[in-house]
Amino acid sequence: MPLFSARVLVSLRPSVLDPAGEATRAAAARLGVDGVSRLRIGKAVDVELEAPDAATARQQLELLSDRLLANPVIENWTLELRDGAAAEA
Amino acid sequence: MTLGVVVFPGSNCDRDVRWAAEGCLGIPTRFLWHEERDLSGLEAVVIPGGFSYGDYLRCGAIARFAPVLQEVVAFAERGGRVLGICNGFQVLTELGLLPGALTRNHNLHFLCEPTDLVVQPGRCSWLQGYGAGEVVTFPIAHGEGRYQAQAEQLRQLDDNGQVVLRYRRNPNGSVGDVAGLSNAAGNVLGLMPHPERACDAATGGIDGQRLLASLLG
Repeated sequence: MPLFSARVLVSLRPSVLDPAGEATRAAAARLGVDGVSRLRIGKAVDVELEAPDAATARQQLELLSDRLLANPVIENWTLELRDGAAAEA
Repeated sequence: MTLGVVVFPGSNCDRDVRWAAEGCLGIPTRFLWHEERDLSGLEAVVIPGGFSYGDYLRCGAIARFAPVLQEVVAFAERGGRVLGICNGFQVLTELGLLPGALTRNHNLHFLCEPTDLVVQPGRCSWLQGYGAGEVVTFPIAHGEGRYQAQAEQLRQLDDNGQVVLRYRRNPNGSVGDVAGLSNAAGNVLGLMPHPERACDAATGGIDGQRLLASLLG
């Protein structure tokens, strides 16, 4: 079965305060990097998945992203299914 | 009357709940390992505090798939009484038994201190021993207790009498000062503060006793 590779990016929704991002932004100034006006911390999840075809892989990865990797109440996610990265397992 | 207390790898308040219920109040209690599916003979279930499955991914996110919790959802839907404390509250929101989500405290501190809470029992069966507007003191111990919900959803919860516990002085940035929520039917309660740590006079106040004693009513 073909192996698909994807990266799921999970970020806090813009309306949700990110105190860890704010603390990191404050540290940037202490490092001497001024002018950081926005810093939000998220997660990158790299996934490899076996599926019969790209459409099935995408559907499975969307389910995974929406129901497990992110909590849609507070987080958004985007899925990058690597083009041309499909390889025979 | 028997109380079940769920035990995940990483739970750390399971024994506190047992002591409060069985040791202080004489309520027979049995532990439910996370792989168990048998809830027979139980009249209520507590999902205790701690760090279920290490809180990997998000607090409560992995616990949601535990076999025992599939049974707890069915139990709650049949009207069974379910109480989620701290990590247990986070699990209840991940499970969808309660709306919203719990996120990192606004000041990033792990907060471990007594807090004053205003009780509005409404239909919540766990809180019938308290008066409307009564102020009680329960300790909190959490890093991710900041309740989040959309403004419209919070308004609906409020209108429906489901915001049953509010912080008198908001410690963590929760919207609407929410410390605890009930489901619409009143049989499910989730709260960040620890009533089980306010049951034994030897360790402080006993304001939490009436919450667990509601099982004896």
